[in-house]
Amino acid sequence: MSEIKFTNEHECIKIDGDVAWIGITKYAQEALGDVVHVELPEVGKQLKKGDNLAVVESVKTAAEVYSPVDGEIIEANVDMENNLELVAQLVSEGGWIAKIKISDASQLEGLMDEVKYNEYTENLD
Amino acid sequence: MSNELEITQDINNKFTAQQARGLNYEENLLWEKERSDHSGVDLPVPEGSAVRTGLPERTEDIGLPQVSEPQVVRHFVKMSTWNYSIDHGFFPLGSCTMKHNPRLSEKLACLAGFAHIHPKQPESTVQGALKLMYELQNWLAELTALPGVCLVPAAGAQGELAGMMTIKRAHELNNQSQRKIVLTPDSSHGTNPATAVMCGYELRVISTKDTGRISIEAFKEALYATSDDGSDIAGMMVTNPNTCGLFETNIKELADLLHEAGGYFYCDGANFNALVGKIRPGDFGVDVMHVNLHKTFSTPHGGGGPGSGPICTTVKLAPYMPVPVVGMKNDTYCLQWEEDRPETLGRLKGFNGQFAIHVRALSYMMSCGANGLKQVAEDAVLSANYIFSQLKDDFHAPYDAPCMHECIITDKIQKDTGVTTIDFAKALCEYGFHPMTVYFPIVLSGTMLIEPTETESKESIDRFITVMKKFAEDIKSGDTEKFHSFPLSTPRKRLDEVIAARNPVLRWSCN
Repeated sequence: MSEIKFTNEHECIKIDGDVAWIGITKYAQEALGDVVHVELPEVGKQLKKGDNLAVVESVKTAAEVYSPVDGEIIEANVDMENNLELVAQLVSEGGWIAKIKISDASQLEGLMDEVKYNEYTENLD
Repeated sequence: MSNELEITQDINNKFTAQQARGLNYEENLLWEKERSDHSGVDLPVPEGSAVRTGLPERTEDIGLPQVSEPQVVRHFVKMSTWNYSIDHGFFPLGSCTMKHNPRLSEKLACLAGFAHIHPKQPESTVQGALKLMYELQNWLAELTALPGVCLVPAAGAQGELAGMMTIKRAHELNNQSQRKIVLTPDSSHGTNPATAVMCGYELRVISTKDTGRISIEAFKEALYATSDDGSDIAGMMVTNPNTCGLFETNIKELADLLHEAGGYFYCDGANFNALVGKIRPGDFGVDVMHVNLHKTFSTPHGGGGPGSGPICTTVKLAPYMPVPVVGMKNDTYCLQWEEDRPETLGRLKGFNGQFAIHVRALSYMMSCGANGLKQVAEDAVLSANYIFSQLKDDFHAPYDAPCMHECIITDKIQKDTGVTTIDFAKALCEYGFHPMTVYFPIVLSGTMLIEPTETESKESIDRFITVMKKFAEDIKSGDTEKFHSFPLSTPRKRLDEVIAARNPVLRWSCN
């Protein structure tokens, strides 16, 4: 069974065994506006928690997507480059940017579930 | 509005003027005007002359559009009327300091002894120009309390690079190459982190989310995150006042902590307009900063440049700055190179920087004088606070306290009606203003950063305030629809920014 987790930097993560699918939350999409470019990570790249994983660029700004865990990029969503509407889909469907093989599962513990994340965004500016 | 002014688009996406009225010109590309029997100048075909340049002879057409001289002149004059500049009207672009460029400075820069010299002339023949640069170095040293000055960098971003390379050079020559991390707040100018990375440094971002300022706690956390004593920190890059228009009140304490850890403090001088003549960055712990002559010292920019970003450093860092630096030897002005400054990081740019801009900057400084420069900062801060005080009840004011030379409001109150920051920017175009900076700084959502500068009259500032208040009132009364179609009266209407960004058409083609 997979579950969806959230970070306070507005990444959403589908945890699928030892693989994390990373996307951005609906809140982040609304804040960004129309996405005009996504810079995907290279497959095989080793990331530490908090490293830049991807860049999502909109008409307003360019936002960095951070890795929520240490791990290795095992797949990047190349379809997204040509179909930017995918960014808006659920992470568990077309909206994942990259998949990471998780090195340290304990790093998942601090992440928020949906209820907590919704509470968190309600209190944001 | 009459249909006669409408512009149609043909299937090739080329704009074709139906008719123009009054001063509303439509203008095609030169390529669309050209005719093979037109030319600017008719010259006889040369006979029997050999090519003497030593370069390969061109055998094909040069491929420029063939148009007559009056056509070229009118083309560019019409195009120039589509531009918006500080000479047209209010230009409150935050963190850009778009202020009036005094004509006296222009006049002085055009003097033959300044305008018609060449950087390769012997120094003995350009003593006046060198003296001018030397004087400018001294003025900048005095205003920043940083005595090492290098005028070479040709823009703010190059000044930043020069400053950070100076820091890197100092660390390298002092066996401190283990220092790999540069600290910068999340409100910093985008060029700050970019510069640090260009220099090969790793970036560590300090969060300022709660107050818009760097707190001692957040700074310490970043400083000691990976070592007990900060011995892996190369330096920090801070803009003061910062891009939220706020003075970093802890700045001296932050600088002391950084120095204790062995790092250097780089200050981005982009917002120096708020401080000039009032306080000196060297006095609050800065080790190196660049000064945007094209902002604070009123030289042209925003398409009218070039920019100029001299750096100012402490005595300790001065040996590492780029060359050349103007010095004085036996009452004669001279350029100092590597042999005079053996620890320099070397040359950064051809020749000596943007000399014509140096002339304008010194002219501005000397015509203001010390007291006048003080008033520059005072009036710039006063103007921004006046706007802020007039708009803070109509728009959301995230930092409800006096600001420095620029103020922030956001679209928080209005955005639920569907009218957001971008719509305000487009509406301002309709009302004849250049928009403020939008969606920056990025630490808040929907930001509008307004910098009026000291050169705007109260009347023009009042007009801006009236228009902004009218926008807020219109939205309050439900009149929101029009905001999605502004601007209506400009040569080009509302662009589809998403299509423009996703599928940019960067080259004209005849098909």
